Amino acid sequence: MVRALEKYIRPGVKSTPFCPGCGHGILMGLILRAIDELKMDMKNMLFVSGIGCAAWIPSPHYDGDTLHTLHGRALAFATGAKLYNPDLCVMVVSGDGDLSSIGGNHLIHAARRNIDLKVICANNMIYGMTGGQVASTTPKGSKTSTTGEGNPYRPFVLCKLVEAAGATYVAKYSVTQPISLISSIKKALLHVGFSFIEVLSPCPTQFGRRNQIDRPEEMIQDLIRRCILKEEAERLTEEELEGRIITGEFLSCQG
Amino acid sequence: MPSRWINSLYPKGMYYLSGNEASAEGALAAGCRFYAGYPITPSSELMERMAVRLRKVGGVFIQMEDEIASISAVIGASWAGAKAMTATSGPGFSLMQESIGYAAFTETPCVIVDVQRAGPCTGQATKVGSGDIMQAKWGSHGDYQVIVLSPWSVQEMYDLTLRAFNLSERYRVPALVMADEAVGHLRENMSIHTKVEVWDRKKEKGGSPFGTEEGDGVPPMPSFGEGERLAVTGSTHDAFGFRKTDDPEAHAKLVGRINEKILKNRSKIIETQDYFLEDSEIALIAYGFTARTSLYAVKRLRKEGVRVGMLRLKTLWPFPEEAVSEVGRRMKKVLVPEMNQGQVAGEVKKFCSCEVISLGQTNGEVIRPETILETLRRI
Repeated sequence: MVRALEKYIRPGVKSTPFCPGCGHGILMGLILRAIDELKMDMKNMLFVSGIGCAAWIPSPHYDGDTLHTLHGRALAFATGAKLYNPDLCVMVVSGDGDLSSIGGNHLIHAARRNIDLKVICANNMIYGMTGGQVASTTPKGSKTSTTGEGNPYRPFVLCKLVEAAGATYVAKYSVTQPISLISSIKKALLHVGFSFIEVLSPCPTQFGRRNQIDRPEEMIQDLIRRCILKEEAERLTEEELEGRIITGEFLSCQG
Repeated sequence: MPSRWINSLYPKGMYYLSGNEASAEGALAAGCRFYAGYPITPSSELMERMAVRLRKVGGVFIQMEDEIASISAVIGASWAGAKAMTATSGPGFSLMQESIGYAAFTETPCVIVDVQRAGPCTGQATKVGSGDIMQAKWGSHGDYQVIVLSPWSVQEMYDLTLRAFNLSERYRVPALVMADEAVGHLRENMSIHTKVEVWDRKKEKGGSPFGTEEGDGVPPMPSFGEGERLAVTGSTHDAFGFRKTDDPEAHAKLVGRINEKILKNRSKIIETQDYFLEDSEIALIAYGFTARTSLYAVKRLRKEGVRVGMLRLKTLWPFPEEAVSEVGRRMKKVLVPEMNQGQVAGEVKKFCSCEVISLGQTNGEVIRPETILETLRRI
């Protein structure tokens, strides 16, 4: 964490809890940069998270109010806090398994209500903390500790899911696109309504080592190579798009 | 922070309400301003009344997508400063258990009304039961305490829901009102007084929200947005909310304190009521709607000259072991009628030195006075 952002870290926090090569540390810093650039008052910020590696991004590290909840239920807790005290700026930071699998029902209902929550879904495409099991976001064919022959099922397309459910700000970036991601987080912070940003975050420890990209720098290079902005994607052919991950701002509207 | 007396929301007077409606009014009188719930028979009238009434008093109502979302929203609202509640019945109560454990471990005040129906499983949704009494105490994993009250009338649906809020705020613990279908749907007169006594959670700027060595063992509780930079977690934590997931001492200390703070205040929490116990040889120990038919049977038998009395448990957890063991010392026999297969009878047996007979009935009906009379005559 660079010195300028240290003021946003809870006194007493000495190090990040993440594995070497994990993208969550980058995301932890990028969220704070967005908050810093907007000069937001941490006294007014509530960070809610569920269970899993990504849930530790805000809790207890951020020096605002943090609520580290149960597996899958972050959005329900956040809904209660935001409805009772609408003056709070409530951001939910959690993982793909937490938000879209065990918490999938809460995700679509929070989006449907278009409740003013800023959701950052750190997607590492696997259950990291529990040892690398298949997730609802694991690509078809990828190996995990519970799909040794490769995942037989398709993953969720999270942005389309929350858009269909009624979210009013939807974007997707990788931690390898920091400038775009900071700008997107700032938009979500200023947006009134349900905002959802899917953030691709590499997990070399659990995902990479089972899928022949186990060195952290290889995972980062892989994301840099594959992630393209949607405007760029529009100019490419079907063939050229093969293996690419389309990122960008997919929706920004008033509810 | 001591209690204070405030004006009742409803003007002083007699009202003809159902138990579920009275419970909603008791909550509002206590200061409840947040309700999250999910429809389920036979509790839904409580939620419907809250939907109407909270709008009038400037509170927040939301119907959530399921019961665990409901109790989770309640906990979120409680940390945002609300006195908050939900209501449900068996299947929904089962679904809430993980979050009830979260509320106990994070010391979050909240009230849950369980209008019990005939279980297990979907069972008979419109029929009565009281099979969730053990679940109320042991439903979530790990060792924790909750406070559990048992109303027997429409009046007590009001009074004990109000009391549940007060105890919940005072001890920072989930408080459960274990009603049953018969009490929830019962309609009878009840009275509302001019003033009600309410307790609020204590606050202390810069205090440690998750640990105290002092007094009643209940730490102060700030709310989100007050600048206290709270760190709330369901993982084992220290006095300031830092996760301590591999420190044996931190875990032992926290689990010990959340249990102790309730158990050492048990004399202030537990309420029971005696009926004709002074000269009795046989006693009924009853709670909830069953205590009404039990008292009728007791009065009938006393007219016949049988020396029988009753102990009514208004608090079920922490269990009123002193009152129960006192009855056990003085009686020859104790009968425990209840709409389950002996859940409270098992506890009574732990503390009674005399013979304890369980009269468990699980047919979806209330226990009729005749059934109790027959059993008493047989023993």
